[in-house]
Amino acid sequence: MIEAKNISKWFDGQRVLYDISATFDTGKTNLIIGQSGSGKTVFMKCLIGLLTPEEGTIMYDGRNFREMSVQQKRVLRSEIGVLFQGSALFDNETVLGNVMFPLKMFSPLSHAEQLERAHFCIQRVGLTNADEKYPSEISGGMQKRVAIARAIALNPKYLFCDEPNSGLDPRTSILIDELLSDITHEYGITTIINTHDMNSVLGIGEKIVFINKGHCDWIGNDKTIFRSTSQSLNDFVFASQLFQEVKKFLEREYEANKNV
Amino acid sequence: MVVSSIASFGRYCMFMMQVFRTPDKWKVFFQRLVSEISKLGVDSIPLVIIISLFIGAVITIQMTINIVSPLIPSYSTGLATREILLLEFSSSMMCLILAGKVGSNIASEIGTMRVTEQIDAIDIMGINSANFIVLPKVVGFVLFVPVLCVLSMFMGLVGGWFIARFTTMISVENYVFGIQSFFNEWYVWYGIIKTLVFAYIIASVAAYYGYYVKGGSLEVGQASTKAVVSSSILILLADVILTKLLLQ
Repeated sequence: MIEAKNISKWFDGQRVLYDISATFDTGKTNLIIGQSGSGKTVFMKCLIGLLTPEEGTIMYDGRNFREMSVQQKRVLRSEIGVLFQGSALFDNETVLGNVMFPLKMFSPLSHAEQLERAHFCIQRVGLTNADEKYPSEISGGMQKRVAIARAIALNPKYLFCDEPNSGLDPRTSILIDELLSDITHEYGITTIINTHDMNSVLGIGEKIVFINKGHCDWIGNDKTIFRSTSQSLNDFVFASQLFQEVKKFLEREYEANKNV
Repeated sequence: MVVSSIASFGRYCMFMMQVFRTPDKWKVFFQRLVSEISKLGVDSIPLVIIISLFIGAVITIQMTINIVSPLIPSYSTGLATREILLLEFSSSMMCLILAGKVGSNIASEIGTMRVTEQIDAIDIMGINSANFIVLPKVVGFVLFVPVLCVLSMFMGLVGGWFIARFTTMISVENYVFGIQSFFNEWYVWYGIIKTLVFAYIIASVAAYYGYYVKGGSLEVGQASTKAVVSSSILILLADVILTKLLLQ
């Protein structure tokens, strides 16, 4: 479990996060949602340690991240897997090389065992015959799969995904969501996904944290999101024509049920 | 301007402190070192050969045309060609050319890694990214550059020999006698020492500009240009200082 308490962040005197507190549960897909520029990526980077918040504490299963020594942070980082928005695969490494990278750096396994683990991870994300291909030779969806394989190579306890569906078609997005959800439940990982994709919200949003203009405006899940009274959340959720139609349908159903 | 230069130098020093740490895994470091030597050093060999060959030939032609006094012995052409190559061309001029090739390569590669979050990915794994990415490049290039320097000296002399062999401007005997006359071994060491310093400047300055890129592909291009300009200026500055220190 990851707990963020009163996280605040400034850039050049401008405040971008305002006392955000949230808990991310183990074995669940936790989503951070919000509009572009709302501060969700900054929040996630604070959680990972790529940015240092000016105020607040971050607890990883009771371990205070900000009070950790360099050595303790190194240990924690080996427990974290990150899927970046643009996949962040190493261009000069093959698919196998990318997945082998964290194993080579941290794993005590022999080379043969590392290879076996890398092949297992590649197969687990559904990639076949891609070991020797370079990132530039595979599709965006495949790149995301390789990045997921690399992220889970060391059996992480925590998995962070920054907009895993960006640049992907709806079908591939659903497949990536399902893969992340399956991996989370299979290995009991605390997964945090940063997204503004409503399909993901409804598909795998076991816990949802909504950030609006640097504030945490709402916390709930995919079952309660349509019943929220938060105006900012409703503006975000029902922004598209499709979801406005869904809203009208739900309201009609609600009225019909009320009359009955 | 002065304040920003001092701040930039301070940041460069901090960056170098990050770079010169013990590698996380020596095995991976040596693998990367070999790869960087191949990419930055061995791949530069064709460029060094071509440029040195032609410049050696041009220097020989110019010396032959300009040294026409009967008071100056004809072997002076070979001697002057050799001295120019050893003292200045194969170290300073060659490194200025390599600053363009290797410097822009390093800055754009690391800059692209920065904007595509590859460096963040390394950092997040708990690896010192500056050390992991930059140290093999700096060490690899510094280790290999003496080879390029000596090769450049040799190929420059070969270029001059081609002029002697295939034109009537100077005889081969005179040219060969000239390049062997009054040879001072220290000049070779002087050239090598200079190239070691210049190689460090090229690799470290380019890595610095690439590592701190913010933005996108446009900024990567700008960083690459800044890296080449800055390292060229620093090479010229270091050239003056080293010449004063080593030759006086």
